[in-house]
Amino acid sequence: MNGAADPARRDFLARLGGAAATLALAPGLTLMAGPAEAKASGGRRWGLLIDLTRCASGCEGCVKACGEENGWAGAGRPATDAQWIRKVTVKDRKSGASAGLPVLCQHCAEPPCVDVCPTGASFKRADGVVLVDKHICIGCRYCMMACPFGARSFVHEDVTDQKPHAPRGKGTVESCTLCVHRIDKGGQPACVEACAKEGGAMIFGDLNDPQGALGKALARGLAARLRPDLALGQGVLYRGL
Amino acid sequence: MARAAVFAELRAGRPGAVGIGLALGAVVLLGLIAAHAMETEGHVITGMTNRVVWGMPHVFAIFLIVAASGALNVASMASVFGREAYKPLSRLSGVLALALLLGGLAVLVLDLGRPDRLIVAMTHFNFRSIFAWNIFLYTGFVAVVGAYLVIMMSPRWAARVKTAGTVAFLWRLILTTGTGSIFGFLLARPAYDSAILAPLFIALSLVFGQAAFLLVLLGLARFDGRPVGDQLVTRLARLLGLLAAVALYFTALQHLTALYAPARAESARFVLVEGGIYTLLFWGHVLIGGVAPMVLAWHPAYAGRRGPAILAAALALIGGMVQIYVIVIGGQVQPLPLFPGLIVEGGVLDGGVAPYAPSLPEFGLGLGGVALALLGVALAARFLPLLPLRLADD
Amino acid sequence: MRLVAAFGAVAAGLIALVAVLAQAADGRVPLPKPAKATAGTQCVEPAAEMRRNHMVHLEHQRDETLREGIRGKKHSLRDCVSCHAAPDPKAGGQATARPFCDACHAYAAVTIDCFGCHATKPEAGRAR
Repeated sequence: MNGAADPARRDFLARLGGAAATLALAPGLTLMAGPAEAKASGGRRWGLLIDLTRCASGCEGCVKACGEENGWAGAGRPATDAQWIRKVTVKDRKSGASAGLPVLCQHCAEPPCVDVCPTGASFKRADGVVLVDKHICIGCRYCMMACPFGARSFVHEDVTDQKPHAPRGKGTVESCTLCVHRIDKGGQPACVEACAKEGGAMIFGDLNDPQGALGKALARGLAARLRPDLALGQGVLYRGL
Repeated sequence: MARAAVFAELRAGRPGAVGIGLALGAVVLLGLIAAHAMETEGHVITGMTNRVVWGMPHVFAIFLIVAASGALNVASMASVFGREAYKPLSRLSGVLALALLLGGLAVLVLDLGRPDRLIVAMTHFNFRSIFAWNIFLYTGFVAVVGAYLVIMMSPRWAARVKTAGTVAFLWRLILTTGTGSIFGFLLARPAYDSAILAPLFIALSLVFGQAAFLLVLLGLARFDGRPVGDQLVTRLARLLGLLAAVALYFTALQHLTALYAPARAESARFVLVEGGIYTLLFWGHVLIGGVAPMVLAWHPAYAGRRGPAILAAALALIGGMVQIYVIVIGGQVQPLPLFPGLIVEGGVLDGGVAPYAPSLPEFGLGLGGVALALLGVALAARFLPLLPLRLADD
Repeated sequence: MRLVAAFGAVAAGLIALVAVLAQAADGRVPLPKPAKATAGTQCVEPAAEMRRNHMVHLEHQRDETLREGIRGKKHSLRDCVSCHAAPDPKAGGQATARPFCDACHAYAAVTIDCFGCHATKPEAGRAR
């Protein structure tokens, strides 16, 4: 009985292995929620289209709305206060012609901030939203060095009275979350909602759905990304750059 | 026919021992107080902002870590390249490397937004991040150099010294490449984003390490009344001068290449011409940290004299700190090129060079790290036989 | 060698002393009395299970919410806060979760990291 393995023993071991695998998978089976519950699925890619021809130069509606929605509106120290979205003016040196645009986390397909994070706190969700897992963020600020758009902020002081849907605290890094707490329930980001009441420059939707509002808007004309030379594949697109 | 070196600890009860120990300890304590204040009040008490996210503590930390790698050079030359003259110096070289690294790491960790999450940093790794790799490289360095030291100091493992030395040598080349690549891999900022930063940092490590080693060796020997020959000092200084030239070469290449590409020329011009204080500091470190050590080490008028050699080392260290400042801070204060070729205006985050002034807590923390490194070497030399009794020229 | 033995004896003595003191302490420190939750509600798990494992549930839930966007499941921290908020003297009498959480955490000497970032006050209209 030395050559072939004892079939009874082999069978027993297989059962044991199967039981172990089932036990290991069992918690996973409850984790794998059905399609109705899993919000961040790989099929969708959330994005924004910002039409700069409708973005008024003095308007800060998106900035104010984001600040109120997520609780970061400043403490009066602009150098260290958080800024998840900001208005920027771009000017031609010779002609003086200028345009205004909101700059926020671009939710890149190849985010440099995700690459450099030592703990993996900076991550990209399956639906393309780039977030900071503040449970494991150690506050090293390397992602802030890495972001070409200056989209991230470091929380320099104690935070109180946080919005329950937007936890934020001292010593961690944060940025635009594309209002995941709203969009996961089928809503729109706060900036888009506020903009709809002013110039209507921002459209939010699924970049992968040609029949959706965003898909149809994109089909009407070429939209550009910031710093296309970096080939980051941002989810935020601008028309009229 | 070299006599075997006799190693001995520093003698007990030397004048000034307690005073120096207490002074260094006090600076370490100040550093801890500064770190505690930063942790409880938040980084708002420092000069760091959302534009300049890495400030003075990082300048100190990177300087110390880069110097640590280069401080091992003397031991490498002895063990790996067979330079007999440096063999008696290997032990101090290894210990200095460890002490400088631990001092730098202490500053780095205490400057984190959440230093209490160090365990998280040691258990969650994103292997696409050069930072994560550096964590392994730094802790591995401690283990590798620790083993190297044990082997060096144990007669029965004398045959293994060359292997251990080679492993340590290669490890520190990779480690310094990793440190330089922290900046070199950043595509976001034109001041970084270059492969040359890795060899530049290796060159800088050799300069800082050699200079630090020379000064620490002379300091400890003088403290304990042990003779060190002029020839040895000037030989170390001449090597320092050569390494300073290599570092200057990489610095020049870094900026020349950037000047050549219109997209990066603005960033190079900022450092070289238009950057105000940063331009001043840049040319300052070129002269003080590069040209002066070369002249002092190699000019015939200074041949064989230890005074100029010591000055060369001191200037190399000062120039080195300034160079790291220009690299780390100067690279961050420049505005991000959202629209290359166009003028960008906005709030604090955009348009124009960012203001930055290092604050007291930042200096406190950084100096605390330096003091920790020096205290570490001093205590090691006191309780371990690191230094040979005689380093006089034969 | 004698030095080592001496150190060992002192260390053993200290450990014994701490053990004796710890025993004697039983009964002198009152057991924690966490604030009562909202009247008429039932916790999502039995109290004994929660006492032992609330941190496991929370840690599991936070990853589901953050990384997969699954919200509103039964171990949501926001819902814990809604039910367990009680008047907090440190917040000027406003209802926060701290009086509930701190009672046991202070007794067990375990620092809570949650409320550095998470809101301690329940949202209006969300209490169960």
